[in-house]
Amino acid sequence: MTITDQENVDGAETAGLNPGIDGAERVKRRGDDSAVLRLSEAECAEIGNDPHSNADDERVLLNMGPSHPSTHGVLRLMLEMEGETILRSKPVVGYLHTGMEKQAEQLTYLQGCTNVTRMDYASPLFTELAFSLATEKLLGIEVPERATWIRMLMCELNRMSSHLLFMATNGMDLGAVSMMIYGWREREEVLRFFEKVTGLRMNHNYIRPGGVAADMPDGWEADVEHLLELIPPRLEEYDILMTGQPIWRERLQGVGVLNADEALALSVTGPILRSTGYAWDLRRDEPYLAYPEVDFDVIVGSYGDCYDRYAIRLNEIRESMRIVEQILDKMPAGDYRVQDKKVTPPPRVRIDQSMEALIHHFKIFTEGYKVPEGEAYACVESPRGELGVYMVSDGTSTPYRMHVRGPSFINVQTMPHLMQNGLIADGVAIISSVDPIMGEVDR
Amino acid sequence: MSDDTAAEAADDVAEAAVEDPGPEHQIRYTAIVAESKGDVILHPSVETYLDTITAAHADGFDQLIDLTAVDYLTYAGKRALPEGIEAGRFEVVTALINHQRRERIRIRVQLGGDEPTIPTAFDLYPGAEYLEREVYDMFGIVFADHPDMSRVLMPEDWVGYPLRKDYAIGSIPVQFKAASNQR
Repeated sequence: MTITDQENVDGAETAGLNPGIDGAERVKRRGDDSAVLRLSEAECAEIGNDPHSNADDERVLLNMGPSHPSTHGVLRLMLEMEGETILRSKPVVGYLHTGMEKQAEQLTYLQGCTNVTRMDYASPLFTELAFSLATEKLLGIEVPERATWIRMLMCELNRMSSHLLFMATNGMDLGAVSMMIYGWREREEVLRFFEKVTGLRMNHNYIRPGGVAADMPDGWEADVEHLLELIPPRLEEYDILMTGQPIWRERLQGVGVLNADEALALSVTGPILRSTGYAWDLRRDEPYLAYPEVDFDVIVGSYGDCYDRYAIRLNEIRESMRIVEQILDKMPAGDYRVQDKKVTPPPRVRIDQSMEALIHHFKIFTEGYKVPEGEAYACVESPRGELGVYMVSDGTSTPYRMHVRGPSFINVQTMPHLMQNGLIADGVAIISSVDPIMGEVDR
Repeated sequence: MSDDTAAEAADDVAEAAVEDPGPEHQIRYTAIVAESKGDVILHPSVETYLDTITAAHADGFDQLIDLTAVDYLTYAGKRALPEGIEAGRFEVVTALINHQRRERIRIRVQLGGDEPTIPTAFDLYPGAEYLEREVYDMFGIVFADHPDMSRVLMPEDWVGYPLRKDYAIGSIPVQFKAASNQR
């Protein structure tokens, strides 16, 4: 699309100031009935600067973000408003784009986890897991049972911390500001455990191809049990503060409704898809790790509105705790990473004893290990939906191409559809309930 | 589309497939079937890409789960492609999912030339909109008839396609690097 538009020549005289561009005509031209506003940023600015653009039209283009308290980072929305009603909108993303997929082509498979963990910073372990599963698929290695269960434990705890963060921000966006403090407080408890296990609160680089970085620390069971005791009563408090509260319900019920067909068409996964009543959860439907061996329910909604999405996430915290409880009982003994000299570095003590171990250690950390040629796709159910990694290897020690199917990136597409004909105040509730993590959207 | 017409469409495709079975390859949705690490891969040409996804859509593949591209410009070895498929510089990779049968297929289309073009999947799968924009943004692959073929992650006025293999990584100048070496 170009700015100068031949169709608008007739109306050029009314524009006066800027012949060739007739604002009113342009407003009409952009007026189809779809929910998505398909204007470029330049065109949008052009219309905004044109005093005649709203001459015989009630519609106004409004810019929201990229720095707005409710956008959880840097999401910009171009809204076409009529009064307080949103007609069409367009999410503008890319403000956090740092070329991580390009960078992944420069990093070895061992370094790759440090890169991907920074994508979805609210649930970093899931991206590490998807990356590791894809690499392992190409390598053709099986990780030890204990490593699988540790991964599962950490991921479920991460799902809890991620959803607790959602509870906090969702509450804050809707004016339940004290909820923000409670949500962060509970999340912090989980992060404290992560710090103990991985050394870091975020960006763990803990799950690596071949297993995990370190075994669980002594006394980890007590810490997990402490979490399992601490969080349920807090969730009850959330129920009192939000779930049953009339203002909260009024604010969310019937807002931002999506049905299952629309969700499927828009490639939506995760809680947004499940809120439409469509029970699809990769943990159950395409099991990975040891999920067939634990018992849990897939939470679905029935109306596909913001309230369902909130309730699903709240109950998924409970389901995750159920899974964690079972993992506590079933955690097998054994190795926490595969004993394959080419993939995992030798134990520290071996380096002092064996020249060969030293060489392996040196090789793995300098040039990395070579991964057989081929392409593979591995996916996991992240708190936001299907998180997939598509990896192409040309037989060297760095991926030839690594693509991440970020669920947030795809879920952002639903915003215009959820917001159409809604109020701008509900728009805030909708952005919040889509729960995009901008680091993953922009990568 | 009702179930009957969907089944008919699938039958038509099956019939069409019989006409050209290719050299000892299985044909599905008019495309050659291959396998990679346990996943089903279809290899249609650019011309038959739309037919393939239309047939897959009619056969119950109700969601487009992923769409990306790979630039094979500097690929060291020879890629494993089924006979009859000519390797192109670019490859568009589309992943579809059938929720009822819990089945996934991956469609790999070879594209050549400096201005690669492929039809959009938007009409069948509106969820492809952002994914196709991303591929355009990063690889310069144009999706014909896409409703909004514009950059999505890079700035609108950006020149070049960053994920192409002939696009340098570049670097940020470090402020003190040029300091004197004298001690």
